[in-house]
Amino acid sequence: MNVHTYERAFLTLGGVLLVLCMAALVYATVAMGIHLPGRSGEIDPLQVFSTPPFDNPGVHQTGPDRYDVVIIGQAWRFHPEEIRVPAGAELHFIGTTFDVIHGFHIEGTRVNVMLIPGQVSRQTYRFREPGEYLIICHEYCGAGHHNMYGKIIVE
Amino acid sequence: MAEHVAASTPIVADPAPPVFPETQRRALRWTLYVGYAALTAGIFHGLAQALSYAGIDILAYFPALRSYYQGLTAHGVANAIIFTFSFANAFLPLMVARALSRRLDDRLLWAGFGTLILGNLLVIYAVVTNQASVLYTSYAPLQAHWTYYVGLVLVVISTWLALLNMLLAWRGWKREHPDVRMPLLAHISIVSYVMWFLASLPIAVEFLFFLIPWSLGWVERTDPLLTRTLFWFTGHAIVYAWLLPAYVSWYALVPRQAGGKIISDSLTRLVFILFLLLSIPTGFHHQYTDPGIHEGFKFVHAILTFGVFFPSLITAFSVMASLEMGGRAHGGRGLLGWIPKLPWGDPSLSAQLLAMITFVFGGITGLINASFTMNQVIHNTTWVPGHFHMTVGSAVALTFMGVAYWMVPYLTGKRLWGRKTALASNWIYTIGVLIFARGMSSAGLEGMPRRTFLAQSAYNDPDWLVGGILTGIGGTLMFAGIALFFVVVAMTIWKGRAGEAPTDIPWSETLIEPARDGWTARLDRIGFWVIVAILLILIAYGPFFASYLPPNFVSPGFRIY
Repeated sequence: MNVHTYERAFLTLGGVLLVLCMAALVYATVAMGIHLPGRSGEIDPLQVFSTPPFDNPGVHQTGPDRYDVVIIGQAWRFHPEEIRVPAGAELHFIGTTFDVIHGFHIEGTRVNVMLIPGQVSRQTYRFREPGEYLIICHEYCGAGHHNMYGKIIVE
Repeated sequence: MAEHVAASTPIVADPAPPVFPETQRRALRWTLYVGYAALTAGIFHGLAQALSYAGIDILAYFPALRSYYQGLTAHGVANAIIFTFSFANAFLPLMVARALSRRLDDRLLWAGFGTLILGNLLVIYAVVTNQASVLYTSYAPLQAHWTYYVGLVLVVISTWLALLNMLLAWRGWKREHPDVRMPLLAHISIVSYVMWFLASLPIAVEFLFFLIPWSLGWVERTDPLLTRTLFWFTGHAIVYAWLLPAYVSWYALVPRQAGGKIISDSLTRLVFILFLLLSIPTGFHHQYTDPGIHEGFKFVHAILTFGVFFPSLITAFSVMASLEMGGRAHGGRGLLGWIPKLPWGDPSLSAQLLAMITFVFGGITGLINASFTMNQVIHNTTWVPGHFHMTVGSAVALTFMGVAYWMVPYLTGKRLWGRKTALASNWIYTIGVLIFARGMSSAGLEGMPRRTFLAQSAYNDPDWLVGGILTGIGGTLMFAGIALFFVVVAMTIWKGRAGEAPTDIPWSETLIEPARDGWTARLDRIGFWVIVAILLILIAYGPFFASYLPPNFVSPGFRIY
């Protein structure tokens, strides 16, 4: 196969760029500790309200500077709708839903996870700055989807 | 490249085109019209969505519509699925028939058309009666009426019938030409739909074995994560199924329209084989933020998604080289002087050139979507529709519009009506989509959610204001562009002067001819590459299914729309 010199140069450059991008992603995952949600538990969606920790949604201190934030998504609201957490603390978001698929995105952060019936979602985050952040359901969940939101107040 | 260019490039590969039978022209024409009708039907709600992001609610003027999400479902299905596959069902078989100088099978052509129409009717019934406002992703446990799922299955079956037609033509040709390499145009057209056939199997499993029995009430519950995974198993490759017919045009037809040639036969075949191999095992990058899927599986798909970028890079260079050759043959000089010398006055070519320009941005934003960790910032924000309106919404749509400017005249035997209107349509749409995507991308970075009726949402954010307004302005221009396109096509069909249509498809010669032997001849062995593709799919998806199955039937259906 006859590959033109310019083409070879173009592809080499493109290939090197792709490898550099991938290296940056590995760096972000390994060195900076940015993790995607993974496999973290299954649940019967019809028993959510009687299954720990979802029988008690809200903020729970689990250690010095560590909190579990337990959230349930429902069409069309979050339980709880308002969350208060201290700035700088390590927050473990634990979420699920008992009806349809919802999204859980805290605006301006990388807390961005799907709530899928039957699955438990986990994500860890630390707020540096106090303030009020919007929580949005960003996965279409029926006629009232655009009314589903919450607030997180970092003190 | 300049050394290859003669003053006037002889291009016509086969000066005596076979007469394409009228019955087949009619079948292809009607298939094509279904797509253009769907495109036109779908843009009304596209306009409503774009304006909604700017805070303007025009849904009150849509008499039959019960909700924003009903219209959003119609927009997605009509524009992303019906338009694209109707076009490919007509375009790819025509390319194969022409490249092999063979008749297609009449019964299969009409069977494909009938299946497509029946599928459309079922989907339209379900959507119009508000029994399927589940969006085109149709994530369980939101449940649609069974006619919605069955209708979409029929649309997929119509693509299989088109593929079967192409494969039969190829088999017949091969019997008569046992020692000849398959013509390039036939090769890339067939590979495009072979890829799609493989890719469509998971969604067929999802619909036939999970969603249809569940929506009919035969089984009570379904598995939301598994059905979602099956959807995205098909769902990224489907984007390539929309894109590859556009690539067929860019590689094999656009050079001729620009006055150049296809650069390399083998390289073109290689690109399509790479798409066959790499398009499918990438679906988890749509599920980066899903629970229930191990991070390691997601990382494998991230790497493979980056891999599929590579054949697109080859395409960028090869197509650009063909265009440069054309521009220089038209007298272009200097480093970039060939660009203005391209025949921009040809509406068919200009649409496709503009499509390529928007695709550059579509490709860059796509790399960000695929990025393993950066995706967390933009997942499900308007960044994503910003991206795919620069890929499917323009690279593909504009190319299909450009092809219409010669294909509708070719199939009807009538001259293109309103050449200047067609040119205006191309530019208005392109400027519109760039403004639109700029608005969506920037607001998406600020967290503006996609698929949300923002004009009436319970929350808002001042950071979205500028992005939302740009989205509204761009979307309005896009609407105007497509409306003009509709006028051009409709007037060509009804008012076009007979007898002044192109008598052949604009296909190109190749600068570097195919080798008679050597390893590149193996690129023609499609069966072999299918096996390799299946092995790659097993590597990419096997571990997930092995660790996940059996299905976790937990969710009853919900109709809350």
